[in-house]
Amino acid sequence: MRIGVTVFPGSNCDRDALHAIELIGADSVELWHADQDLKGVDAVIVPGGFSYGDYLRPGAIARFAKVMPALEDFARDGGPVLGVCNGFQVLTEAHLLPGALLQNINMRFVCARVRTRIENTDTPWTAGCDAGEELTLPVAHNEGNYFADPKTLATLEDEGRVVLRYLENPNGSANDIAGVCNEGRNVVGIMPHPERVSEGVLGSDAGLRILRSVLVRAGV
Amino acid sequence: MAEGFIKVRVLVRPKDGILDPQGEVVKNALPALGFDGVETVHIGRLIEMQVESADEIDAMCQRLLANPTIEEYEWEVVG
Repeated sequence: MRIGVTVFPGSNCDRDALHAIELIGADSVELWHADQDLKGVDAVIVPGGFSYGDYLRPGAIARFAKVMPALEDFARDGGPVLGVCNGFQVLTEAHLLPGALLQNINMRFVCARVRTRIENTDTPWTAGCDAGEELTLPVAHNEGNYFADPKTLATLEDEGRVVLRYLENPNGSANDIAGVCNEGRNVVGIMPHPERVSEGVLGSDAGLRILRSVLVRAGV
Repeated sequence: MAEGFIKVRVLVRPKDGILDPQGEVVKNALPALGFDGVETVHIGRLIEMQVESADEIDAMCQRLLANPTIEEYEWEVVG
């Protein structure tokens, strides 16, 4: 399986994501923001960072990068897409995921390892996890406070589209939401960084549970 | 201002009911400086542009300048 990682000016952990993809035994492909195709990859990770300096709003400028139309087509055709942190923000700005990420409730950048729970295993990025499985994952963000209007929140809960939930809410997120998926369940956005905990030398390889899921779902 | 352009001022701010932590912090800071009687503070973003025409300001706001999920906007021609 070939998994692409988009790279915008100001992305970070894109290299970590590429490395983690190799660790799970897939081929990693860098997808430059100014390219207009996805090089035939089977899945895409939109990494974290501060694309375009977070100017205007996090993700607001990246959302119009040249690579985005191809990514949007890929997502609408059911291709697996994972947005991590700033990638989650980009996907909400692109309307591929509902809601928005507001500034953290305490006005502080949060950099911590937090306990989370897998709420839905019916996505390409959680298919290899157990329902209710607890994972301790790193977060590092200033705008991670998930917001959606009450009707959208109710829909997400009713349809089981909350994918990951904080067991200790670091940012004020509605319903302790750490990650959601789209209606088709192929696009997932999460604030925690699984690629930062992808091997023992980093203190944990818990993130591989999420990243490896895309192979499990594909039957690889 | 460059000839042939008009000046437009766009105000973008959090929708009612959306958490505005910046506003909260400033509201709490004002009494500490002796400015009492401040009931609410909301912080938004002011965008000034020189444009040939104001025809597409709404479209600009909806697609880029504001995020309609969390923000509302208003604009006016100021010169």
